[in-house]
Formats: sequence, structure tokens, C-alpha cells
Amino acid sequence: MPRVNYAAPSSVDEAVKVLAGASGLTKVLSGGTDLLVQLRSGRIKPDLIVDTKRIPGIIGIREEGGFFIIGAATPGAMLSSHEALEHAWPGIVEGADLIGSTQIQGRASLAGNLCNASPAADSVPAVIAARTIVVIAGPGGKREAAAESICTGPGRTSLAKGEFIVEFKIPKPKPRQCDAYLRFIPRTEMDIAVVGCGVNVTLDAGGTCTDARVVLGAIAPTTVIVDDAAKALIGHKLDEATLAALDAAAQKACKPITDKRGTIEYRTKIAGVLARRTATIAFERAAAR
Amino acid sequence: MSKHHVTTTINGEPTEYLCEAQQTMLDVLRDELGLTGSKEGCSSGDCGACTIILDGNIVCSCLMLGVEAEGHSIQTIEGIANGDTLHPVQQKFLEHAALQCGFCTPGLIVAAKALLDTTLNPTEEEARYWLAGNLCRCTGYDKVLRAVMDAASVMRAEAGQ
Amino acid sequence: MSYLDKAGLKVVGTRPIRPDGVDKVIGRASFGADTTMPGMLWGKVKRSPHAHARIVKIDTSKAAALPGVRAVVTSADFPNIANEEAFVGEGPMNFRDLSRNCMARDKVLYDGHAVAAVAATSQAIADEALDLIEVEYQVLPHVIDVEAAMADGAPILHEDLFTQGVDPKPTKASNVAKKITFTKGDIAKGFAEAEIVIERKYTTKPVHQAYLEPHACIVAVGSDGQCTVFSSSQGQFMVRAYCAKLLNIDIANIRAIPAEIGGGFGGKTLVYLEPVALALSKISGRPVKIVMSREDVFRGTGPAAGGVIEVKIGAKKSGRIVAAELVLKYQAGAFPGSPVGPGCMCAFAMYDLDNVHITGYDVVSNRPKVAAYRAPGAPNSSFGVESCVDELARELGIDPLALREMNAARDGTKTPYGPTLVNVGYLQTVEAAKNHAHYKTPLGPNQGRGVASGFWFNIGGESSAAVHINEDGTATVVEGNPDIGGSRASMAMMAAEVLGISYDRVRAVVGDTASIGFTFLTGGSRVTFATGMAVTQAAEKVVEQLKSRAAAIWDISPEAVEWKDGKAFPAGANAGSFEPLSLADIAVKSGRTGGPISAEVSINAQGAGPGFATHICDVEVDRETGHVKILRYTAVQDVGRAIHPSYVEGQMQGGVTQGIGWALNEEYIYDKDGRLENPGFLDYRCPVASDLPMIETVMVEVPNPRHPFGARGVGEVPIVPPMAAVANAIADAVGARMRDLPMSPPKLSAVLDEQNPPRLAAE
Repeated sequence: MPRVNYAAPSSVDEAVKVLAGASGLTKVLSGGTDLLVQLRSGRIKPDLIVDTKRIPGIIGIREEGGFFIIGAATPGAMLSSHEALEHAWPGIVEGADLIGSTQIQGRASLAGNLCNASPAADSVPAVIAARTIVVIAGPGGKREAAAESICTGPGRTSLAKGEFIVEFKIPKPKPRQCDAYLRFIPRTEMDIAVVGCGVNVTLDAGGTCTDARVVLGAIAPTTVIVDDAAKALIGHKLDEATLAALDAAAQKACKPITDKRGTIEYRTKIAGVLARRTATIAFERAAAR
Repeated sequence: MSKHHVTTTINGEPTEYLCEAQQTMLDVLRDELGLTGSKEGCSSGDCGACTIILDGNIVCSCLMLGVEAEGHSIQTIEGIANGDTLHPVQQKFLEHAALQCGFCTPGLIVAAKALLDTTLNPTEEEARYWLAGNLCRCTGYDKVLRAVMDAASVMRAEAGQ
Repeated sequence: MSYLDKAGLKVVGTRPIRPDGVDKVIGRASFGADTTMPGMLWGKVKRSPHAHARIVKIDTSKAAALPGVRAVVTSADFPNIANEEAFVGEGPMNFRDLSRNCMARDKVLYDGHAVAAVAATSQAIADEALDLIEVEYQVLPHVIDVEAAMADGAPILHEDLFTQGVDPKPTKASNVAKKITFTKGDIAKGFAEAEIVIERKYTTKPVHQAYLEPHACIVAVGSDGQCTVFSSSQGQFMVRAYCAKLLNIDIANIRAIPAEIGGGFGGKTLVYLEPVALALSKISGRPVKIVMSREDVFRGTGPAAGGVIEVKIGAKKSGRIVAAELVLKYQAGAFPGSPVGPGCMCAFAMYDLDNVHITGYDVVSNRPKVAAYRAPGAPNSSFGVESCVDELARELGIDPLALREMNAARDGTKTPYGPTLVNVGYLQTVEAAKNHAHYKTPLGPNQGRGVASGFWFNIGGESSAAVHINEDGTATVVEGNPDIGGSRASMAMMAAEVLGISYDRVRAVVGDTASIGFTFLTGGSRVTFATGMAVTQAAEKVVEQLKSRAAAIWDISPEAVEWKDGKAFPAGANAGSFEPLSLADIAVKSGRTGGPISAEVSINAQGAGPGFATHICDVEVDRETGHVKILRYTAVQDVGRAIHPSYVEGQMQGGVTQGIGWALNEEYIYDKDGRLENPGFLDYRCPVASDLPMIETVMVEVPNPRHPFGARGVGEVPIVPPMAAVANAIADAVGARMRDLPMSPPKLSAVLDEQNPPRLAAE
């Protein structure tokens, strides 16, 4: 591993100061499950690593004012064992649960998964589908932004120098609102998603969809919120025609590449298949509320 | 480049070491502390041979920097047995011949022990998914799963369940 | 003495805990990378980023000048070995090629080919030093695919390689290193009589053995030239011989010590790091430790061959096969030596055929030199043949196991490659599969069942073993085979059986090259057979000594002493009435009755029995995604005599799992520049625990009478049937015949879509 400097600030302000004042390439360290792999392979050669885990509150989950507030460096394992979060947003927990292995989930964080900005990130589609807000600390103080505004391209974020994410604010679900996340991989575990799909729906008493968000991963340079897919669901029950329209909308939104994990044709087809399957689960869950 | 001084707890014992920032926890365990039970199979978090328990969660020590251990509690394969008494998982691995070359065995045992710390009643499927991060190329996992399920049953009996 | 009758055995056939087990479950066992030597340096290897290039210049001066660097080597620091074949490893080895594989000379032939190495006082400095080595390459066009490498106009890897086995001798250099053929009977006549002919082409991609432990060694060259090599390998005598040859050192000046080995499967039957480390140690005057990264393992070490398998089978409508033709084209990697020979020989070994013609091509291409991988060559050719036989069975409407029964090889069948089979159990495996509950279990929608058979010769060869009786009546067995699957336990069991004492009084250890006589490496499924034979013979010699010591104590003739249940008895009333003497009783007196009681035996074991297997696989296919789930798997195998049944089962389950990975998801993926895109376990997809069900094993025992306990090799056969078993199951489930491995979801999905175009998306 190439040599690197390491800092572990013990407050948000200290972290902002270190990040803003650093010269050379600086990387934030949360769980480290992406960063260390990239360091090891030589893909990145940072001068400084800033470990945020000593900042109070950066690890932990609390409920406040109609939101789940999740510290940016909270490991996935903590998300899966939080009963209330799992009940409210099973899709988000599923997504985080699918990142790598049990060992990876012992460290991997929502912030890391989001800011690593891989289009195939497993926690991101459901997080975006739930209309999550991220709280960012920086030289200008704290600001809030929609989770979907963070990734601007593979490996690139909209965070300015000196900025880092401190919290995720996930709105609590409304009555008869629930989500689901599915991904397709060649094995049963351990693979990067060939396609990922997060669906968040709200139903009325009769089972008709009144609100929806459909988010696809690994089919474009960033995660895609598929408006047409949501439109295909809103105002409808989940019947054959709706599923077909949903499938078509999902496929149409794909701008994937062919790489060692999947071809353009295959990813596009699977996007449609997953959209149907994920929506089916989300509808079932929402109806059961 | 100066080294970092780290104070941590490993296998119940207060431990101090010096390390460079880029040394992983696995490097530190193996090269600085002589704890070579944790193995390097891939250094990218894909094989689980380096599995340790950090504050109760299993993690890949190859994906953690040595400096990050400051103030935490770590358990490695060397700390799974209780002195001379093997943990039921270890004993069952031997009885079921759940190891052939033995290289993945430390990681698997640590991971399995952590599973049984969370539940004494896993289904075979739950155990398989829990252990999916531990690659084994020799056994095909069959005897590994039998050993884990048998250890669970022994531990249930001991707990009076 | 013969121990073929299972009923009389007390130890062999039971399941004791292996002697090295406790160390392995508490993390104390010492593998290749687990040890250090005082003053040691860390070595690192610089590897080519190009698939094919001429090395114009290497400038190591900046690296050598870096503080902390103590040695830098390139091919200039190694003897220029002449073209020479030798038989000391698994299969023939050309030492010139091995040398150039360890360190490139003149040309690099694959992405990952070693071009230089350094030794420094820390890993970080060694890494920096590698970056400071400047290599100037002249990049050449490359070729990877086997048929592309065979085609006219393909980039040529070796200007001095002319195809062997063709007449007239070619004058133009080629990538086809050799052509071989096997013929039996008259296939033209056979095909003329056939009522149905199935002709198909199959392809396989190269796969890696993917042992969890990367190659590692620590070596020291003393100022007196004495070398110590501690490394993870499948044969310390092979390591010693190869290092001696590559570095021009007398064999007696190298002591090779086997570390515990974290998997090999054939991939550690040769050397990569040891000669390089020795060169670095010699120059620096200090011990050198080198450990490969996982990326280096994938880029720089030998995988199994990928290739093309063309099968043509002619049969009567009754199912009787009357003619079979096979063409194999195997990638050898950068240097000649693919296992196309065994691939040819094993392909039809399950069948009693009158008319067969097999042609094999060994083809070089710009990827790592191929190394052995569990039954090398056979899984590829069996994938083709067993799939084709399945297609034949379906065309004729005959049950695939019944078809195999009809054509089965049995005792007296002459194989297409020459020898006549004797004491084999193929038919028994087919019967056992047919009668197994698995075969009768009903299947649900999108589920299917496939069967396939397999064969591997298994070898014997040179082994040495010593049995020493210790003063307290325990026994130490010293043998020379690295233990990759629990063989130490089996050795101790056989010795215990012969000596008549309990297993926990016998300790088996693997000796280094100075501690035991020459022993051929661990491979070819030979250890339980050949080394077991040596251990048994050594133990029998010890028993003779024990009897003569008892005779001396009793002052009677040795012929009048019997050995039973670990004790000496007077043989009959005439011999005298003496209380029996236990082994411990005799051992404690050994100094006074003649000295240490011990025997060492060196043999060249003959009579290795081949192994056959028949597998049943159930799958479920997700039609929309092409994802295949393995529902159930049963492996039936003729194991001769299971010395330690758990370890035999383990070999079967491990081989099956590797075969399933080969079938479904494992492959090397190259970019357009010939660079490996997936040199890691993330995108080189081995089966994980959640991918598999329990793997049921059925051990059919047809003892091999050439081994004292009836053992035959078991480790390699299990990897031969799975690919075809899975392919046949998929065909049964959804009617899609997959002929190109791996049968990954996108490929299966494409075939399914062709059969059943997906409904068009709503407008």
C-alpha cells in the first residue's frame, strides 16, 4: 500500500478545518470498504485520509421530528439490527444488507456507499426512492441536499472542498407507504449489482398507487430516478398492464455500458424484470400496512 | 513518515503497537503482533480469510487500517478458544472434517462464532448467507455447514434450550 | 500382507480427527507466509502490463539506489537454460520455459509476466523500488483465443516453435506446439453403420484453481551456498529440483521445507517465486520473503486451459455407440504444455467403443502458462462428450443412465489410449446413481435434472516413508507429501492398522527434503495410494523387527512369533508360554535388544487404479434472468477403499464445487489489449456458501487389489462430470442447450430469448 497521512478529527468543525485546509488529494474514511480497496490497487493515491468515526453522532441511528437520522458512518450491520428502521423502510435495509458480505456490512456506511459514487451501489436506489435528505457540513456551515444530488458521475460527487456528509435524514413513511430493493447478480451473494432497483410506493385504501418513486442503479453513469416508471404506477393498481408499462419505462431509462459485469442488452432487459419484481414486493408491503 | 501509536484490546488483552498509517489491521496482526492466524487471501475484502470481530461485528481486517483500532475491542482466531478448551465451532470443525487445507478455516470459524453469538438457531440458509463472505475452495461448504449447525445444537443444549 | 477385507479393519475406515487439525482451527498452523527469519528482506516482483512485447531495455539503477533496497534481479541474473524436457513435476516440464516463465527473457508473453524483482528492508520500500524500475517495451500484436492463435497470420509467440506430430515437418513457426492422435478401430466404417450421428462444438474458457492461499516463500542462501527454502507447494522435492535446475545449484545444497499449504489443486506443482527469492537472497546475503498478492496470482500463475471441443458420435437407434470422433484444441498459455493429452485420453474412457479417433492440439497464446488443475484436461473434454451423449440420449428417447449402461466400459475394455481396464467400478457408479432416491424425485416447473460421468487415471510413482517406534511405544510416521486434503490422517491410520495400535499413538509428519527419501509431489491423486503403500510397507517391516525383538527377549526363533492387535504372541503352544509383549513393552527395551526400531521404504508404486464417477444434478432456472440455482447434487464415485471416509467425501464435494463454478460463472475476462480485467475474487466468481446445497456423496468401493488396503485415487475424478451434469440439467429444465462455458446468466438468458422472444414492452 502506498504511504499516506492519517487524521482522526474529534468534531465536525475540526474535520471541516482539516478537509478544507488540506493540499493534495484528500479522502474521507468511513467504513473503508471501498477506500482501502482502491488504495491497495493503486487506483487512488491520496496524501491524506480523514477518519470521521471519532466525531460524536457520526455513528448511530435516532428518530427525530418525523425522520430517521442516521449518522454518516453508521455501519450496515447497525441498520439491519434497528427494528424500527427495518419495519419502516425494509428496502433501504435490504439494500445496505446486500453490500458485499456480512463482514463488509460490519463496516460499510451509507455515506461511503453514496460518495463512492459507483452507479451500482446497493444502498443508493432505495435511499433515493425514500426521498432521503443528506446533511452536509462544510466551511460554509451545514446544508441539506437531496440524496440524488450527490453523485454527479462515476466516482464524482457534488461535494465541495472541505465538505463531508454528517447525517442521512430519511422521512418516516406515511400510512400504506413502503419500499423494496432488488438487485440482479450472477451468484447469490458477493457480486456487484448488474442492475439494482429501489421502489417506494404509497397506496390508497383500495390498493391504488397514489405516489411512487422508481430508482434504477447500474444502468447509467449515476442512479436514475425513472419518472415515467412512477407515472406508470400512480393512479393504478399493480395489474398486468401496469407491470408491462413499468417494465417498458424502466427499459427506456437505461443508458448502460457493456463491461465485465453485463452487456447493454442484458442490463436493459433485467431493469424491466427487476422493476416489475421490486414493485410487486413494495405494493404487497404497502398494502399490508 | 512517523508511525502512529495505537492502544487497543485484542483477545481481551490490552495491546499497544506502532504502525504506519497505510498498514492494514491485517498487516499489523500478522507482521507487528505475530498473530498470523488471520490470513491474507485477497486483500480486497472478497474472501473473508482475514475475518476478525470488531466490537462484536465481523469485519475484514484487510479493509481496516491499524490506526482505526484505537480504543476498540478486537477478537481474532487466536482468541476464540478458551485457553485449552476449544469453542464448540472449533471442535465441530474437527469432528466433521470441515477443513481440508485449513487456510480459510480461521476466517470461517470467527465468522461462524459471531453468527452463533447473534443466534443459536440459524437455519441452514441463514448460515449460508451469513458465511457467503468466506470463500472456501476445498470443501464445497457441505461439512462446514454441518459443523456450524451441529455447534449451534450443542450450544443450545448447553444454554438449556 | 493384504488388508483388502474391510471387515477385519479396526482403524482404516473410521473417522478420527486429523493430527494437524487443532493447529488449524486455532490459527497456529504455519503456512507459507506465516513465518519470518532474522534479518529477512521483503521481495516483490515487477510484472509486464503488456500481453506480448519485446523487452528492449530494463534500467534498474534507480531502484537499486533507493535506500533500503538490497538486491534487484532480472533475467540477466539467471542462467540461460537450454531447451530440455524432464519428468520431475506433474507431467513433462521444459526447464527453459519454466525459467522464462519465472523471469521473462527477451520477450514478455502475457499481462502479468515477471520481468524483474527486488528485495528491500520493508514492503513499502520494495513497492517503491518496483515503480523505479524502468522497462522499455516494444509492444507486439497479441492473441488469446485458441482458434485465433491457430489461424494463419496469428501473432507468433515463439520463432523457434514448430508443430510436432505433423508430417512433413513444418518449416514455418506456429503457435500450435503439437498435434497428437489416438485411434482405435475404423471410424469411417463405424459412422457408415450409424443410424444417428450427433456432431457438436463446445467451448470452455480458462479458469483458475483459485486456491485461497497465494504463493509464498521464504528462502535463505548462506555464504557457504547452502540454501533453505520454506514454501507453500505441492512438492518440496519438486521445489528443490526446479530451483537446482533453474539456478545451477547442486541438489544436495538445497533443503526444501514444506509449509502447510492453503490449497493447490495442481497450481502449486511448479515454482514461480522460489528461484527468484533465491537469486535475491544470494545477492543480498539475507533471507528473502516473497508473498504474491491475489492480483499477481491471477495475472501471473497458471490456470487451466480453455479450449474448443468438437465431438461427433454415431450410434444405432438402440443406443449402442458405434463410432466416436473428437478434436480438442487447448490453450497452453505462453509456453507449450496444455493437458490436451489427458483430455484426449479421458474423454471416452467411460465407454466401450470399437471405433474412435481423437485429435488434440496444444496451442500457445498470450496468457499465463497453464498449470495443472485437478484432472487436467479431462473436465474440458468431458464437458463436450458428456453433453453430446446427453443430446444423443434425448434424440433417441433413452434414459441417459441407461444409455451409459449400454455402452459402459468395464473390466476387460481396452481404452482408446491403450491400456485395458481391470478392477474398475464404472458400472457400479451408474447403477448406484440409477437406484438413488435423487434420481426418482419429482421435479417442479423450470427445474431439470442432468447426469454425467467422468474418469481419471490416477498415478502412483515414487514415494518414501519411514516409521519410527519411539521409546514410549508411540510411533512417528515421516512421509514426504504436503497434506492438501487430510492425507496425514490416512497415513497414520494405515500405520496404526498395521502396527495394531490405536490411531492416537501414531503421529504422521511431513518431512523436508533432508528428512525423508525422495517423494514425488502431491498430485495425480497419488498420495493415499503410493505413499500409503510406502507407509504400509515400512510399518510391516517394523512389525518384523518387533517380532524378532520379542523373539530375542523370549529367546525363541522369530518364526515362532506372531503379531496381533499390537502385541507379540508366541505362535502356538510349542513356541513356549510367554505373556504377550505389547509394542510399548518392546519399545522400551529396544536399546538392549538391538537398537532403534525403525524402517524406511522407498518405492515406485505401480498399479494405481483409475477412478470413475457418475453425478446427478438438479437445477432451477429463472427464465427471465437466466440465473441457475443448483437445487440438489449427488456424486457417486468408485473410491476403491475409503481410508478416512470424511476426507474422501471432502474430495468429492470440493471437486464438485469447483466444477460447478467452472460451469456457471468462472472465467478469465480480457480487454482488447490482452489485459486481465478480473484478477480478483470480486469478478472472478467462485461459488460461495449460499450458492450451493449440501452435496451428497455415495462412495462405491471396488477395491484396487494392487494397494494393500484397496485404495485408489479419489481427488480428481469429482471435477470431471459437473460441467456436463449442470449443462444437461439446464437443457432438461428449459430446453436450452448451452455449449459455451461458463453458462452465466446473460448467455442463458440470450439462448432462452431466442427460443421464446420476450413479450414486447407495452407501447
